[in-house]
Amino acid sequence: MLTFAIRRLVLAIPTLLFISLAIFMVLQLAPGDPLADQPLTIPPEVRAKMREALGVGQPPLVQYWKWLVQIAWVEPKVLIDWLTRESWLLGWLPDTQLYQGELRVLSWQTRSPVMDIVVQRIPQTLWVVGMAYVVGILIALPIGIYSAYRHYSVFDQAGTFITMIGFSIPPFFTGPLLIVIFSVQLGWFPSIYDTTLVVNDWSSFKTQLQQMVMPVMVLALQTTAQISRYMRASMLDNLNQDYVRTARAKGLSEAVVVGVHVLRNSMIPVVTVIALNVPSIFGGAIITENVFKVNGIGQLLITWLFANDLPGVMTLTFIFAFLIVIFNLIADILYGILDPRIRYD
Amino acid sequence: MTEPVPAGPTPIEALHDEGPAAPPRSQMRDIWDQFTRHKGAMVGAFFLVFITLAVLIGPYIWSVDPQKIDIRNKDMRPIYTMLWDSSAKVSWAKPLGSDQLGRDHLAQLLSGGRASMAVGWVAMVLSLLIGTVVGVMAGFVKRLDGILMRMTDLFLSMPILPLLLVAVTLFRQPLRAAFGPEGGMFILIVAIIGITSWMPTARIVRGDILALKEREFVLAARSIGTKPFRIITRHLLPNVLSPILVSATLGLATAIITESALSFLGVGFPSDFPTWGKMLADAVARMEDFPERVMLPGVAISLTVLSVNYLGDGLRDALDPRARGR
Repeated sequence: MLTFAIRRLVLAIPTLLFISLAIFMVLQLAPGDPLADQPLTIPPEVRAKMREALGVGQPPLVQYWKWLVQIAWVEPKVLIDWLTRESWLLGWLPDTQLYQGELRVLSWQTRSPVMDIVVQRIPQTLWVVGMAYVVGILIALPIGIYSAYRHYSVFDQAGTFITMIGFSIPPFFTGPLLIVIFSVQLGWFPSIYDTTLVVNDWSSFKTQLQQMVMPVMVLALQTTAQISRYMRASMLDNLNQDYVRTARAKGLSEAVVVGVHVLRNSMIPVVTVIALNVPSIFGGAIITENVFKVNGIGQLLITWLFANDLPGVMTLTFIFAFLIVIFNLIADILYGILDPRIRYD
Repeated sequence: MTEPVPAGPTPIEALHDEGPAAPPRSQMRDIWDQFTRHKGAMVGAFFLVFITLAVLIGPYIWSVDPQKIDIRNKDMRPIYTMLWDSSAKVSWAKPLGSDQLGRDHLAQLLSGGRASMAVGWVAMVLSLLIGTVVGVMAGFVKRLDGILMRMTDLFLSMPILPLLLVAVTLFRQPLRAAFGPEGGMFILIVAIIGITSWMPTARIVRGDILALKEREFVLAARSIGTKPFRIITRHLLPNVLSPILVSATLGLATAIITESALSFLGVGFPSDFPTWGKMLADAVARMEDFPERVMLPGVAISLTVLSVNYLGDGLRDALDPRARGR
């Protein structure tokens, strides 16, 4: 198992390298000019120097190599420094001071390090998207289990119908729909997520909850639809197995048969699906974040994309790819741990 | 010496057939029977046919130009608003109302549906084609298997929606210049959706081909000298048709949603070219006053995708011999 994990981890590096190179080469084709907003009176030689300063003048491969060094060598050093200096986790360690003022990945739009902006945006995304994911899973599992147990019952039919609807209605429709119903007609929740809100007492906590309800609902609907379908199918596969009949024949109660024997076996594929879907939730949240004006990572990507900020777009897309590769790895390893029949070696 | 052979044992009464056995049933017939028993799939199929016909024929029946600006009759409400609000500005000439420039909403819905469905179908066919070719090659040709499957894994690790956005914003101008604003956008969106969504099909097809090509009928075909290409088209492809069909429905649903999502984010078709996603996005700003402008295209997208998904569910049940007859 450990050798498998290490081998996959090593294999992930060329994958990530290739993906980042592909993204970089696609971005190289971008028609936009980072200096397009500068006055036309700038002499050409000054313009060339400005391009040089942005790092655009050099051949693509050199640019790619520099980006790679910055993202894979300089940024981790900054991260480690921050961890040992300010974070509560490792703050007790002596300050490492690895970062010696090398050039970091700079955004063309703000001229500040890309990773700093990303770090500012991550809490909002994690709060909204992560909460939605947890809520969705918590709703989905019981629905899936019960509708498989009562196959073809009214509950099953209704559950399948509702999950099918959740599967089919895109977030850019559910979002505005919820806003019309709950913000405009009923006035219960604010339609815009206020990220400047500081939670320090009960009333601000209540406001925070109120503004989180709608984006969480939109995202959780999709998660619920997906996961409960998997849960139901997986339970159905297992409920007809011989070991279930054996367990019943032994005289075990239904709660033990379903809740322990069947559930544990059916959870194996579901857990991997849950792990596999984590990055896609980050990517899919782009639309929801835009609808509710949550200034998270997805909204940041759109902003940078429209502002033609190539270093930012490159880094963010790479982060998404990184998440996908890592969670694929986690899913594979989880599968091996949970299912003793699977041996990778 | 030889004793007369006794007549055969008298047949037992209970084993007599009551009547002639039912004639053998073909497989297609079984599949069709199972499919028609799935109510959701039937409703889905009917609705899909209905909406396809509506967007195909509708513009000829309701022959109002969706682009025609009629500023005097702007901001009309749909005719059914009369039911609860008799003072609303409605007219039978514009049954679903008009937008802020007076463009007819019904005509826009029909032509927008045409664009959305066209993108969905073409992108789905493209991704099926790529997926099937890659899957068949990987399953059939051992040397290509490693490379093609690595490539599939790579594509699966790409963040799709961000890449779609990046690609659309990057290639918009050159393609528009080459094929005109609508044609260029159509080619771009279809190509991008097709290129980024073939991987599941390829994986399923490869798995099935790997299992099928070891079967006796393929060996028999090979032993009478059938060429590999002929084996693929004649013996393998018909047998992987059912998973391809199921993933086709999924592909159609995702393609329609992806196109609408791109339009919603403002990187889809040009602004004067209505698609369902674009109409929805344009209407969000004034949805307090005119909720129907959000509802109608949104419901159209959702119902189409819902019916396609139900169709896929029914197809999967019907084509899976284990599920049949349950």
